[in-house]
Amino acid sequence: MAAKSNLINMALCLTAVCLVCAAVLGVTYAVTCEPIAAAAAAEAQASIAKVLPAGGEISEEIASDAEGVDGYFVQSDAEGAVTAYAVKSTTGGFGGPLTLMVGVLPDGTVFNTSVLSHSETPGLGAKCTEEKSGFREQWKGFAGALSVKKDGGDVDAITASTITSRAYTKAVTQAVALVQTLAAPSEPTVIPSEPTVIPSEATVIPSEAKESKTEEDHQ
Amino acid sequence: MEFLLIIISAIFVNNIVLAQFLGICPFLGVSNKLSTASGMSLAVCFVITLATVVTYLINKFLLVPFGLTFLQTIAFILVIAALVQTVEIVLKKVSPSLYQALGIFLPLITTNCAVLGVAINVVTKEFTFGGAAHMMGLGEAVVYAFATSLGYGLAMVLFAGIREHLAMNEVPKAFRGLPIALISVGIMALAFLGFSGIV
Amino acid sequence: MSKLSLITKGLLKENPTFVLVLGMCPTLATTTSAMNGLEMGLATMFVLILSNIVISLIAPVVPDKVHIPVYIVVIATFVTVLQLLMQAYTPAVYKTLGLFIPLIVVNCIILGRAEAFANKNGVWDSALDGIGIGLGFTLSLTVIGIVREVLGSGAIFGWKFISGDGMLAFVMAPGAFIVLGYLMVLFNKIAKK
Repeated sequence: MAAKSNLINMALCLTAVCLVCAAVLGVTYAVTCEPIAAAAAAEAQASIAKVLPAGGEISEEIASDAEGVDGYFVQSDAEGAVTAYAVKSTTGGFGGPLTLMVGVLPDGTVFNTSVLSHSETPGLGAKCTEEKSGFREQWKGFAGALSVKKDGGDVDAITASTITSRAYTKAVTQAVALVQTLAAPSEPTVIPSEPTVIPSEATVIPSEAKESKTEEDHQ
Repeated sequence: MEFLLIIISAIFVNNIVLAQFLGICPFLGVSNKLSTASGMSLAVCFVITLATVVTYLINKFLLVPFGLTFLQTIAFILVIAALVQTVEIVLKKVSPSLYQALGIFLPLITTNCAVLGVAINVVTKEFTFGGAAHMMGLGEAVVYAFATSLGYGLAMVLFAGIREHLAMNEVPKAFRGLPIALISVGIMALAFLGFSGIV
Repeated sequence: MSKLSLITKGLLKENPTFVLVLGMCPTLATTTSAMNGLEMGLATMFVLILSNIVISLIAPVVPDKVHIPVYIVVIATFVTVLQLLMQAYTPAVYKTLGLFIPLIVVNCIILGRAEAFANKNGVWDSALDGIGIGLGFTLSLTVIGIVREVLGSGAIFGWKFISGDGMLAFVMAPGAFIVLGYLMVLFNKIAKK
């Protein structure tokens, strides 16, 4: 059984154990460091690719200090013209932070959305993660007033999960607002000057909505 | 206002026992009597708050600058174990009466996953309290840890009250002891579900 | 004790969940579906077997007074190794189980087995004990997961057999407690016969 304790062997034993453990961890970390980075990068790539049109170069993440946006990626074609933006947008959902990846075209239309992380109620708000659901389908090429129908907008909320739906809509709004400020100089015809003012008022984007209605019909 | 939201959210909405499932073992273990339950709650309250402050600082000023965040688990558990020991020794010297009240619970707290759970949550998760999502600052972390442990105490004391009544009732043999206790906690959790969404 | 019974005792006689009632937090928190329960069980088993082996090897030379800190360091090391491996090769699983992977450190099953078994027995027996208790834990978690998934989402291992929703309460927190309570009753009835 266990050896008798005295100060020397206690100190020796603890030091030895800590050294060995530190060595084991150091080696494991060195070995797994690359696969972890690769896995994280692959996940980020996949989530970006999901919300953007196929093809084109995707930039490194660009940090942003716009409200609720941690960063965004720019997709450009071979000539270097911007074809779309993927924006990482966070709001407070029902159970905690709700983070989305929102693909937005330079004219401010939503291309597609996906959920990066959430803590919504399983079976209710968490339905916003289901790819095939009507709630998620409506975001593909969404063009309309960005607020749920209950609040006078065009977004079909998830049944019994209005708070989640509102949060989702707000996250998309944040992303669209950011893209409008980004794209404003190069797209002066489509975007009037006022959308540079961010969120609260930006929930309804009138001129925008009318123009892109036709686009939706094509799809 | 924000601190108020943190407190309500930590005590009721995301109650550590009933919604996050942390610290269940001691919760079931010492909730037989109201007196032990309140003693344990006090001890947990003390240790969680202290441990969160210490681990928060260690994470911010040691682990993150040196790129050692993968050592979080091992560093935190050692800090918590050392902290609990120190608290025990100090308490024994400084306030024997408090030591008598909390003493027997302290060794149990090292393996209480509520302590490690809160410490890890505070440094790894983003929170939204009314505003935008962000990592917690030290002030928020302290308030959050303290409120969370109050939630632990609340659940514990309420449940001890229920259990004292249960003990006096005729319960079918197979249900006696833990099974009926678990089912009662389930019903309590159902009641706490009513708080969700208010923050 | 025969080698076989070292493994089988974890399933019934010393079932860590229903008889010893250890490691309740992950049991309740991660069993929202059968798959999650199974994965959590396997993760715990990995740490349990390795820590049992190492502790049975070093126990004779560890001074009595520092044995708990030494064991905790050993366990925490394996947990961190597991965390790193999972982040690298199964990031999706790591994300689902979240906080409860690092919390394996404070799972009383692991320290409990180190104290009650591994520090008194040989390497081989300790490894078998780890496998047995680990299997018992995995099985219990999977069963709870199956029950909650069937009742809560009308599915089993992700295969949905009803359209629409199940009884949502079973996927949420209250369902965890209630299902575990009733399964324990059932276990008591069967095991006592």
